[in-house]
Amino acid sequence: MGLLSTIKERIFGRRPEKPPENPEAKPESKPEVKPAASQPQTKPEVKPEAKPEAKPEAKTARSKPHRKPEEKPEVKPEAKPAASQPQAKPAVKPSDVKVNEKVEVVQKEEKPVAEKISIGELHLSGCTGCLVTLADNYEGLFKLLDDYADLVYALTLVDVRHVPEMDVCLVEGSCCLNDKLSVEELKEARAKSKVLVAYGACAAYGNITRFCRGGQWNQPGHEAFVPISEVVDVDLYIPSCPPCPQQVRNVAVMAYLLLKGNDEQKSLATAYLTPLMQLAQRGNEACGCDLMYDVINQSLCMGCGTCAGTCPVRAITMEYGKPNVNRDQCIKCGACYAQCPRSWFNFDVMNNYEGIMGAIKGAMQ
Amino acid sequence: MDVLGNYKSAISARSTDKDITKKSQDGGIITTLFAYALEEGIIDGAIIAGPSDEPWKPQPMVATTKAELLAAAGTRYTISPNLSLIKEATRSYGLDRVGIVGTPCQIQAVRKAQLYPIGMRDVDDKIALALGIYCMENLSYQALEAIVEDHCNQKMESVKKMDIGKGKFTVYTERGAVSQMPLKLIHKYVQPGCNVCLDYVANLADISSGSVGSPDGWSTVFVRSMKGNAVWDGAMAAGLFETKPMDQVKPGLDLVKKLATEKITKNQKNVDARKTIGLKADGTPKGLRNPYESP
Ligand SMILES: Cc1cc2nc3c(=O)[nH]c(=O)nc-3n(C[C@H](O)[C@H](O)[C@H](O)COP(=O)(O)OP(=O)(O)OC[C@H]3O[C@@H](n4cnc5c(N)ncnc54)[C@H](O)[C@@H]3O)c2cc1C
Ligand code: SF4
Ligand code: SF4
Ligand code: SF4
Repeated sequence: MGLLSTIKERIFGRRPEKPPENPEAKPESKPEVKPAASQPQTKPEVKPEAKPEAKPEAKTARSKPHRKPEEKPEVKPEAKPAASQPQAKPAVKPSDVKVNEKVEVVQKEEKPVAEKISIGELHLSGCTGCLVTLADNYEGLFKLLDDYADLVYALTLVDVRHVPEMDVCLVEGSCCLNDKLSVEELKEARAKSKVLVAYGACAAYGNITRFCRGGQWNQPGHEAFVPISEVVDVDLYIPSCPPCPQQVRNVAVMAYLLLKGNDEQKSLATAYLTPLMQLAQRGNEACGCDLMYDVINQSLCMGCGTCAGTCPVRAITMEYGKPNVNRDQCIKCGACYAQCPRSWFNFDVMNNYEGIMGAIKGAMQ
Repeated sequence: MDVLGNYKSAISARSTDKDITKKSQDGGIITTLFAYALEEGIIDGAIIAGPSDEPWKPQPMVATTKAELLAAAGTRYTISPNLSLIKEATRSYGLDRVGIVGTPCQIQAVRKAQLYPIGMRDVDDKIALALGIYCMENLSYQALEAIVEDHCNQKMESVKKMDIGKGKFTVYTERGAVSQMPLKLIHKYVQPGCNVCLDYVANLADISSGSVGSPDGWSTVFVRSMKGNAVWDGAMAAGLFETKPMDQVKPGLDLVKKLATEKITKNQKNVDARKTIGLKADGTPKGLRNPYESP
């Protein structure tokens, strides 16, 4: 808990957690006071690495004309003092904590935007459901864009024609080998991004485009659609069709911690993102059959029903406690296997579920 | 993490609601907590192991009334894939606050669905109360049939209650017969997936409960999360449970700890054995997939 509460305080703790929960948290939240006192020290750490990053920022300014840069200084000062509320239990502490935080606010005002990461979405052969999913975070999307990430490239959402440099590139859709531009843009996105994500089932596994044999309007000559990892190296997978808004949100927050956080935050983000990166190494073919091959045939299924609950096309039913896949109905999205607790279960992350979920929730408030 | 997981308090408890304890497996903790949470609007419905058209075969269902909770009380020693309804509960059933009961592995699945909601759109913040039941192992329906009908020599439809305790699997029939078989003999029927399970007392639940550690008719309860704590305090304040401190009941927490350690040690060995089950051409071992390491 120590690590997580520290993260909450340093990065997310701008608002108190639900107040009613705090009285019960007494034994746990006391140690939080110390990390909070060290807050001002952590800020200077961020600044040096943030400065070189300031250049790409110039590009992003153009991409978000509707967001007022002045908003930052306004939001921070009002929100910051609130962070001291959960710690306000020891009767003496609040006053000196508040002083520290005022110092910090001044520092923050100097370069609020430079701390963000840049994210783009490259749209290949997909249905735009993945992009819409990003927007399905509603206020959460604005929060992400306000505090954590600049959207530097995305169909309809950003007026940028050419693939820019970016920290994280979400690629939607499979890659059509018969379309030169798709192949070129994908390679360019790979070259210009630090982390390339197969965002959604088509990019990761081909998904429904696996069934294409050409002859369709309005590009009858397009028939070879492959998962993007056939063409470029992929760092991370977010399967499912469409992916889940909360999953891409979590990845965005963790990518932010990975690229801009301190050592503790980096290690949390690494632990969180590791299985999704391993998924990218595992292969680019997915099917409900994976539940047979890699769970039941491996003597690992315990009949929880998660796979059936997950499948977006309801291709899975539970027969006497084990999944049965209607293989004709399966669109090969990979959600069932990735969601199955027996595909992977990383105790180091899961055992801290309460803290991590609280931290992400805090980040989105 | 300790074999018993993180918890804020461990209590021996029994429901004060006689309608519930008449039907419940042990102290009626699960049914009582869900009934309270429904009443208080903490949950809009709960995913539980409902009845089906085959005797003792559970069918996951979304309960929204106490009557439905009562109809599903008691343990079925076979798989009830409760997670299969978790997204559906927020969609077709339109629940904003979902309760769910499950074995430790099912509660693990709940937490994975919340932390990595890959195909679980709009589910993560709707899980309002995840109650765990202790679990040593589970059985396929056909295995349960073999135990009840072949070993205990009773018809599935005539059985009133099944119970595991004191080293025995016990079957009580409607007409008063009691048949038993030693737990050792059910080992070959255990579903294979249980052999790699590293959780006995639902470490990741908000509240978890089982019979072990407490006297007959009572339950051992671990209150774990903030959410769980709030719900437990509320139910206590409403007078829904009689309780005893764990150190004043027999056999007490030591037995829970002993069984948890035994289960986890045995299954960790199984997980390790999978790594060297086969043989490569160069003479080195070839392993099976390890879900605790990578997908
Ligand atoms: C397979 C299995 C193995 C178990 N092993 C142990 C053990 O080793 N030691 C121990 O102390 N306790 C064990 N239990 C738990 C115990 O049998 C009781 O379920 C628990 O004590 C709760 O009793 P209660 O009176 O509080 O709950 P009740 O009020 O009776 O409610 C029980 C709830 O569990 C649900 N349920 C019933 N069967 C299942 C199922 N198969 N899967 C998911 N949910 C179900 C019901 O729908 C109901 O909502 C096991 C349970 C199961 C299902
Ligand atoms: S999610 Fe995995 S463990 Fe659960 S029923 Fe499906 S295949 Fe089995
Ligand atoms: S069975 Fe369903 S969840 Fe699994 S890959 Fe097929 S469509 Fe996706
Ligand atoms: S032993 Fe573990 S895997 Fe098997 S049913 Fe119980 S909790 Fe699930």
